[in-house]
Amino acid sequence: MVPGTERAQAAYPYYMQFTAADDQRFWFYNSMHFPEPMSAFDMVTAEAAYCALGSSTTRVHCIPTTLGIDYRIINGRVYIGGNAVTDPREIARRTGEFQQRAFYYYGNWERLYAQWREKMLALIRDAQSLPKLELPEFEPLSNVHSGRGIATNHALLDTYQRTLEGYFRMWHHHFEFLLLGYGAYMTFFAFCKKAFPEISDQTIARMVAGIEAEIFRPDEEVRRLARRAVELGVDDEFREGRTPQAIMAALETRGAAGRGWLDELATSRDPWFNINVGDGFYHYHRSWNDDLSMPFAGLPGYIAAVRAGESLERPIEKLQAERRQLIQDYRELLGSEQERQAYDQMIGLAHRVFPYVEGHKFYCEHWYTNLFFNKIREFGALLAAHGFFAREDDVFQLTHYELKAAIIDLMTAWSNGSPPRGPEHWPQIVAERRAATAEWAKHSTPPALGPVPDVIDDPAIVMLWGITRESLDRWLHASSDVASRELRGFAASSGVVEGPACVVKSVEEIGRVRKGDILVCQITNPTWAPIFQKIAGAVSDIGGSMSHAAIVAREFGLPAVVGTGTATSRIKDGQRIRVDGGRGVVTLLS
Amino acid sequence: MGVGAHIAWFDEIGLGDRAQVGGKGGSLGELKRAGIAVPPGYVVKTRAFERLLESLEREAPVRAAVAAVSPGDLAGVTACSRALRRRVEEAELPGEVLEELSIAQERLVRGGTAQPVAVRSSATTEDAAEASFAGLQDTYLWIKDPAEIIRRVRSCWASLYSVESISYRRKLGFPEERVAMAVVVQSMVDARTAGVMFTRSPTTGDRSVVTIEGAWGLGSAVVGGEVTPDRWVLGKITGEIAVREISDKLIEHVPAARGGVEAVAVAEERRRMPCLSDAELQELRTLARRIERHYGCAQDIEWAVDRGSGAILLLQSRPETVWSARDTAPIAKHEEDPLTHLMSIFGTRRCP
Repeated sequence: MVPGTERAQAAYPYYMQFTAADDQRFWFYNSMHFPEPMSAFDMVTAEAAYCALGSSTTRVHCIPTTLGIDYRIINGRVYIGGNAVTDPREIARRTGEFQQRAFYYYGNWERLYAQWREKMLALIRDAQSLPKLELPEFEPLSNVHSGRGIATNHALLDTYQRTLEGYFRMWHHHFEFLLLGYGAYMTFFAFCKKAFPEISDQTIARMVAGIEAEIFRPDEEVRRLARRAVELGVDDEFREGRTPQAIMAALETRGAAGRGWLDELATSRDPWFNINVGDGFYHYHRSWNDDLSMPFAGLPGYIAAVRAGESLERPIEKLQAERRQLIQDYRELLGSEQERQAYDQMIGLAHRVFPYVEGHKFYCEHWYTNLFFNKIREFGALLAAHGFFAREDDVFQLTHYELKAAIIDLMTAWSNGSPPRGPEHWPQIVAERRAATAEWAKHSTPPALGPVPDVIDDPAIVMLWGITRESLDRWLHASSDVASRELRGFAASSGVVEGPACVVKSVEEIGRVRKGDILVCQITNPTWAPIFQKIAGAVSDIGGSMSHAAIVAREFGLPAVVGTGTATSRIKDGQRIRVDGGRGVVTLLS
Repeated sequence: MGVGAHIAWFDEIGLGDRAQVGGKGGSLGELKRAGIAVPPGYVVKTRAFERLLESLEREAPVRAAVAAVSPGDLAGVTACSRALRRRVEEAELPGEVLEELSIAQERLVRGGTAQPVAVRSSATTEDAAEASFAGLQDTYLWIKDPAEIIRRVRSCWASLYSVESISYRRKLGFPEERVAMAVVVQSMVDARTAGVMFTRSPTTGDRSVVTIEGAWGLGSAVVGGEVTPDRWVLGKITGEIAVREISDKLIEHVPAARGGVEAVAVAEERRRMPCLSDAELQELRTLARRIERHYGCAQDIEWAVDRGSGAILLLQSRPETVWSARDTAPIAKHEEDPLTHLMSIFGTRRCP
């Protein structure tokens, strides 16, 4: 533990603290989902996720060889450990359960998935209909005359609990199909790797990935808005470097055409701009709706393309035909008719499950998560207005238990007519935790703790994190490799390109990206798609070859290397680099 | 043109004619048949060898002499080899054969290719055994003089009677009457770059990649292992270039002024330069796929890039043997319930 941060560390709940007994176990740093130190509140994203993940693997679908994922936190970093089942009798018993449960899901996939979408939309509607937070001086007369009997301050507790409950529930929906989906994909993936030992991960992903998946939709909306801007004749307002606010203000003065475009924007925003610029695990990864600079950064380039006569429509039929051809061509290369039949069965399964694997993120990590964090932010604003915090986002320095206490403190103060205690209590704690998080970010994080096992065969870990003994060895040795001019990551999208690096550490800097730059960032995800048209290549710290970033990069035909671990810290802004997306190598040239 | 009794042009023959034109000749004809660019040339058929042998047999036994030696008797084999090689190398070619050869050679030159030729043996036995039958020495490159061509045709034939070839046949008890050899005469390509490619990975047996190896100059430097070639691995279907290894190419083979080839040092600035462009790599990949489809099995292919035109020409294609021999059980098979496949990932083999 970093000295001087003990009190900040103690804030996290006891059940995620390391104890002496944990030294005997193997833990690895989940840098894929939690690349930065977690603030006290943001840890709820790990809590709710692992609670639901484990329910699915341990008790709902009963995966024969694994239970759930244990997790711990130190220096704000989330470490996880598998919980394998090794006793053959127990595996056999769980296999019987698994086949009654998971096989039922596979057999009824389309129906259950359609039902899932309805459940998710209902959950989203619930979150949207949570009341606005307010504490009037006197209870509204209508409540009194109707004999409601429950005062308004109670709504704070009720709304908070429903917000938190909905978030935990969302994660159950998230994992309802996920392991089964990945499992079917991995089955096909493992077969391809055996049949074609040198096939790239991205080629397998291309055979399975959907053409009309939800992840492409936000970018498609930006393209649509570019077309509409030209059609309505207001495209001259979209100039590089102009803020969204300035553009929207200018459009207000352009009469029916300008208002027409703003209406189109409103249509796109709900729901498609509910995607956040991260992966949904940090409160500060805001959505396009909260900060329009990302989609607006893409508009000038798309508008120029429309003016140049390009259609900007994704050629859906052509892409589908290419995918069919790819599948057919690899099929022909197989060694026997037996293998071809097995291939057909496995890719059939992968295609059945993949719409869920690709689609769930939009509903869960983006749309719902966004509503959740914004509701918590509303509590932050209310508490800040009552002197608890200097800023609304200080609220994320409290754990969800502490936040409940602060809310009850405020409710009590409103009841009693006394000042709340929070304004004396929280500000110094918030300051201390902010300082600790900043300190933790400066320290390097060991990729693994405890004894390294010989084999990593826990399917949950292999599937969700792509961790094998080989990749672990690579990580463990990466830190000793600082002198090298090369960074290695996952080969996400093939092609070789050289150019100046634009190192972007936050979304606010997105306006700095110029045509021909190689984007270097912590995470690329579908929300970055609008600037993919400008850049020559992409490099990220986090992500796997199945990640959405990789899929979008392939769609744009951009060389990309993801999951390098250290790109944003080792590459300097403006430095010339070479990206070899086929090999997963980034070379520092200057 | 008419098919001569002793000579056949590449466009007249295919794999089915191997008994008369040997493995190399048949394969070159087959490539032309598949519409692949091959440097022009002809084959001196086995019949020509038979005619020469007939005239030699009239003077003194040839086949019987070989059949009489015992493989363990090195002195006997050596003596037999020395005598027979000299007889083959010094024999006059039968008049008809000579006449057909000179007409063919004139036509090759008239066809616009004043290029020197390569003369190579084309054995009628399986390729794997070819090396033992004929040795590796009987490829003669960059030959300009017609008289030299005839001399080298005889050298190819004579190699059938090398000590190694005789010993090998005697050990196997291979019947001498079935021993015959055709000879390929083919315009040389003045290669800027040349090399080999494999439609199945030599290292993993993967059928979905094409491995290409090449170096500056004539392909003999690569085939003979005198230079470390550049190496690329391409997705056969996707064209993705997964591996690029650019080596330090110290020497290259070039035509020597007085015929034949010589090794020369590569200029400093070209040594670490890739010897193929990405466009050429993709063209080779396309060719590899076409050839493999045409033959219906994995191939090892020799190719060259013409210095003047930049055109890619194929010099040779033969079936891959190492991995094909290893293929055993299918890695997965059709399952009554497709969900059974999932159990390989979910971690148990106890499922029904």
